[in-house]
Amino acid sequence: MAYKRNIDRLPIIPAGATEHNVTCHYCIVGCGYKAYTWPLKTQGTTDSNWIGEDLSKQQGADTKAWYAPSMYNVVKQNGRDVHLVIKPDVACEVNSGLGSIRGARMAENRRSDILGTQQQRLTDPLVWRYGTWQPTSWDDALDLVARVTARVIDKDNEDDLYVSMFDHGGSAGGYENTWGTGKLYFQSMKVKHCRIHNRPAYNSEVHSSRDMGVDELNYNYADYEVTDTIFLVGTNPMECQTNLFLNHMVKGMQNGAKVVISDPRRTVTVDSCEQVAGAENVLHLAIKPGSDVALHNTLFTYIADQGWVDADFIAKSTFQGDVAVPADSAHPAALGSYEAARAACRMSLADGAAATGLTEAQIIQAAEWIAKPKEDGSRRKCVTGYEKGIIWGNDNYRAIGSLLNIALATGNVGREGGGCCRLGGHQEGYYRPSDAHVGRPAPYIDQLIIAGGGKVHHIWANDHYKTTLNAAEFKRVYNRRSNMVKEAMDARAGATREELVDAIVAAINAGGIFSVNVDIIHSQIGQAAHVILPAVESGEMNLTSMNGERRLRLTEKYMDPPGSARPDCLIAAGMAQALERVLREEGRNDYADQFKGFDWKTEEDAFMDGYHQANPEVTYDRLRAMGNNGVLEPVVGFADGKLVGTNRLYEDGVFTRHGREDGKALFCMGEWRGWQAPGKAQQQANHRFFINNGRANMNWQNWFLDQGNEFVMDRFPVPFIQINPEDMAELGIKPGDMVEVYNDVGATQALAYPEPTAKRNETFMVFGAPNGAQGNIVNAGVNELILPNYKATWANIRKISDATPASAAVSYKSWEVEL
Amino acid sequence: MKCNRLVDVGRRQFLRGGVLGAAGAAAATVMPAAQAQAQTARALVDYPSSKLANIADLKVNEPMDIGYPDADSPGILLKLGTAVEGGAGPDGDIVAFSVLCPHKGFYMSYHAADKTLNCPGHFSRFDCEKGGQQVWGHATQNLPQFALRVDDKGDIYAEGADELIYGRLSNVLQG
Repeated sequence: MAYKRNIDRLPIIPAGATEHNVTCHYCIVGCGYKAYTWPLKTQGTTDSNWIGEDLSKQQGADTKAWYAPSMYNVVKQNGRDVHLVIKPDVACEVNSGLGSIRGARMAENRRSDILGTQQQRLTDPLVWRYGTWQPTSWDDALDLVARVTARVIDKDNEDDLYVSMFDHGGSAGGYENTWGTGKLYFQSMKVKHCRIHNRPAYNSEVHSSRDMGVDELNYNYADYEVTDTIFLVGTNPMECQTNLFLNHMVKGMQNGAKVVISDPRRTVTVDSCEQVAGAENVLHLAIKPGSDVALHNTLFTYIADQGWVDADFIAKSTFQGDVAVPADSAHPAALGSYEAARAACRMSLADGAAATGLTEAQIIQAAEWIAKPKEDGSRRKCVTGYEKGIIWGNDNYRAIGSLLNIALATGNVGREGGGCCRLGGHQEGYYRPSDAHVGRPAPYIDQLIIAGGGKVHHIWANDHYKTTLNAAEFKRVYNRRSNMVKEAMDARAGATREELVDAIVAAINAGGIFSVNVDIIHSQIGQAAHVILPAVESGEMNLTSMNGERRLRLTEKYMDPPGSARPDCLIAAGMAQALERVLREEGRNDYADQFKGFDWKTEEDAFMDGYHQANPEVTYDRLRAMGNNGVLEPVVGFADGKLVGTNRLYEDGVFTRHGREDGKALFCMGEWRGWQAPGKAQQQANHRFFINNGRANMNWQNWFLDQGNEFVMDRFPVPFIQINPEDMAELGIKPGDMVEVYNDVGATQALAYPEPTAKRNETFMVFGAPNGAQGNIVNAGVNELILPNYKATWANIRKISDATPASAAVSYKSWEVEL
Repeated sequence: MKCNRLVDVGRRQFLRGGVLGAAGAAAATVMPAAQAQAQTARALVDYPSSKLANIADLKVNEPMDIGYPDADSPGILLKLGTAVEGGAGPDGDIVAFSVLCPHKGFYMSYHAADKTLNCPGHFSRFDCEKGGQQVWGHATQNLPQFALRVDDKGDIYAEGADELIYGRLSNVLQG
């Protein structure tokens, strides 16, 4: 039986309940919500309530006057228990009152001592002591971190300190916290050995777009509503950017837009587009995995040959000449003019069809929908959205560059109904000092750790164990190296702090690694940690972030953090102050001076010290006044009591992201070259199944909390792998059976889910699961700039066991709606 | 089956107007036997025991429209044809669900071929053979299922619900 809460009624929000602005901190879209709080022993009534409706009556569809049990909790606020309801905001332009299966559970996914939710949240610093983790004070924990760290860093050499740090805006990120960590590691220090939360290096996921002059978030969501064609590449917005799809793309289709979707598999997005637009207006290009560059270059060639390009735009806004930037170790393809790219990328329909597995007719139809002028001769507007299918797919640099070529050639950047943008994962909120010292290509941190690199490792909301590639080997090595330190600490139980630090340093000099984990839960890599520092999430602190159309908003703090947990920016400040103190004690005063400037009392202090310095118009008060609609970055002024933003980038046709003074966009000269990353072709040749991988709408961006959420874990007790039913029959696998997915680099487990639309021998496994890491079977192959290629993975599949009772209880029916 | 799409607003009037009569394809909506309003403040919601139908009225895999706990809360009563966990009746195959999608309250339609309820609003779907589990969708809860009792005469009574019904903050309306 499906999980049921058996909640028959909920407390009614009273008139006068406190209302807080909330931007959902899970995915990039950032739906607006309102958090209502009110004292525990008070309540509204059916005729006197927050919304002034008669709640003794059944409310209609789309009502404002209802909330689900998942939107309710009891939490602490200023030390007192209060009711909390977090419900979608109908006045927010992003979502217009729609809630997703993720964001509409924000309230339920808060820690509550009363209702028992999210007891996995960390409440106090923990230090490895007496053979396990012991709670302690911040002063004690930070002192140990500082003393060990100070032993491996010096003024001119911080290469033995490895740092894994989030670059995101949601959850525990935001402008406050990227600044706090950034100031510590990139200003006080110049840490070179660092990486970002979901990839093994400190790099951009869209280097080519930026090198071509185009920021990857250049449109606004309303562009989908007024376009002629929506071109989606390697992205599944119905699941992963749900209310961008439902509230903007759907409106575009209802206004007549056609849809072209390039994706090896038939996703829920394809089905939903067919439901809305009619199948005749949806073209699904089910390409061979990894053949994106071939498709894009063939489309570019065909469109250019037909003359369906914007010649004025090309002449005025793009580089004229031949090569502007030659290919080198930092540029996996040369960049140059439209004509130079045409020559470099030329690909015939026949070659394109052979490489992609499509028919020539399909490619022509896609080209017509994307670029063919309308019957009256007017240009066709096309908006392009892409994401991990090409970002984490084959040949990242060229795949994105070749897609942007099409948008630039057709004049679809900086125009209404246009744009060429990544759809994004998490909320954004990046503000840090320059990372230029890291270098390009950036160091491949996970492989360096495997090879013995790093002595002290600071980890901020990263979980390599679930979300890295070559994860099986990484875990083996990291467990061994961190255990060396644990054993050394155990052997010195009862020793003084000085003796303990000496023991730890001896262990790391012998090949161990000292691991400091900052997170909101005790994560999987946190099992290897020696010090664990509890952080807070959005809503437990004030937090600013930006969504996929650069919409900046402030989420107002509406509840207390769990226990003594702190915002990351203040943890970073505490770490800096501890380092300064220890270095001064050691007589290293010059170095200690570098750690000044962290005397922040609140997250607002960190915001003012960081983001505000570069954007002096923006303050908490002004953002609060802008509410859930916020302002689109960059903020260019303040007038009539409102922040003035930028509706769309590059409307003036001047491209700046590459830093070129001429303001001209560049085209990518990247020819198709098959599998780019090492070991991919060989793995394909030696294994039966393609293990495509990605996200599912339920736990996308929030699985770290949802591993403690019964509604979610009841649906998928184990990560699923979708397999063609005939393949399942051949292998003797029934729905719900536990299977092992194994190859030359590792193995993982999954629950077999029959998917009739899956191609034979092409599976889809959900990525980033706490109990079946897909990364275990992804090889170490990356692109030239250390972008991981998670998607290109092949393995064999064998049955481990019949369905467990939990797996046997769930539905294995199709995800496609039947109306 | 275009008639099940969102453009068919007829069924939604059922909600908006709160009136009977615009019900779906099967039998007429069944009124609850008693006025469904709580009389006293007790810890648990007092659900009415409402006779929905007799087993003899049901045809396999053809849903009957019902209203429970009151006429403004549309649902279906369904004999699946195969026993399921939580199924009532001598064959263990009778179930009843709310048909208001717990996401945004749109009126869902039954797809007999795979025994699911499907939402025309945003394409969520629920499995009637698995206790109303959301197969895929946006709702943050599984579908409210009505507890059924079948007496010696084959009369089927609804006597409770296991999730909050869309559009009401108390399953049994109060006020």
